Amino acid sequence: MRKLFASMLLLLPLMAAAAADLEINTPAINALKNSMQARYGQLAAYYASGAVGLTRDGLIAVRDANAVPLSQRQGVNGLVSAENSDRNALYKEIATANGHPEWEAEVRSTFAQRWIQKAQGGWWYQDGGGWAKKQFQPQSSQRAQRNGRSVD
Amino acid sequence: MRITGITLALLAVFILPACVTINIYFPAAAAEKAADKIIDEVWQIKNKENAPAETPPAQ
Repeated sequence: MRKLFASMLLLLPLMAAAAADLEINTPAINALKNSMQARYGQLAAYYASGAVGLTRDGLIAVRDANAVPLSQRQGVNGLVSAENSDRNALYKEIATANGHPEWEAEVRSTFAQRWIQKAQGGWWYQDGGGWAKKQFQPQSSQRAQRNGRSVD
Repeated sequence: MRITGITLALLAVFILPACVTINIYFPAAAAEKAADKIIDEVWQIKNKENAPAETPPAQ
């Protein structure tokens, strides 16, 4: 009896920990993360030039194909669609790894907000009204902020 | 012994369902934390507050 009681007490912090954190350390999630991290090396320049932007639904999209030299356009499209399939898989995988496949949409919208929040100044993202340019940090340039917003 | 039994029964009735309930609702704060962790790794963002300086000042 006492043993059972003790083991129940031991379970409580475990359950609390499970509720406090989401499981993101699975082989599938780590593989997706590594693949996206490797691809970022190629995508970074396109984020910075505004050729590629962050969408509201947690994906990325070609925003301004004219910012990409003709010879590289095919490559950019390939990068964008590969990144998006990794991102879709990631959101799904996080939801299922935590035993709630129905959380996928909420995981996606959480990521959508955080990607944009963590984007560098000068990158483009979708907000309610269309594409907007992420503001630079205060010390960089005030002027960039004022001219930053525009709609395609 | 009898009291232990009653306590156990109460625990089973109240605390276990509570644990299950917690996980039915989407844990928004935990999801945000998880997202930040993954994004930091994908974009290789150095966390200035938490990460110790990687290269200590040369002396």
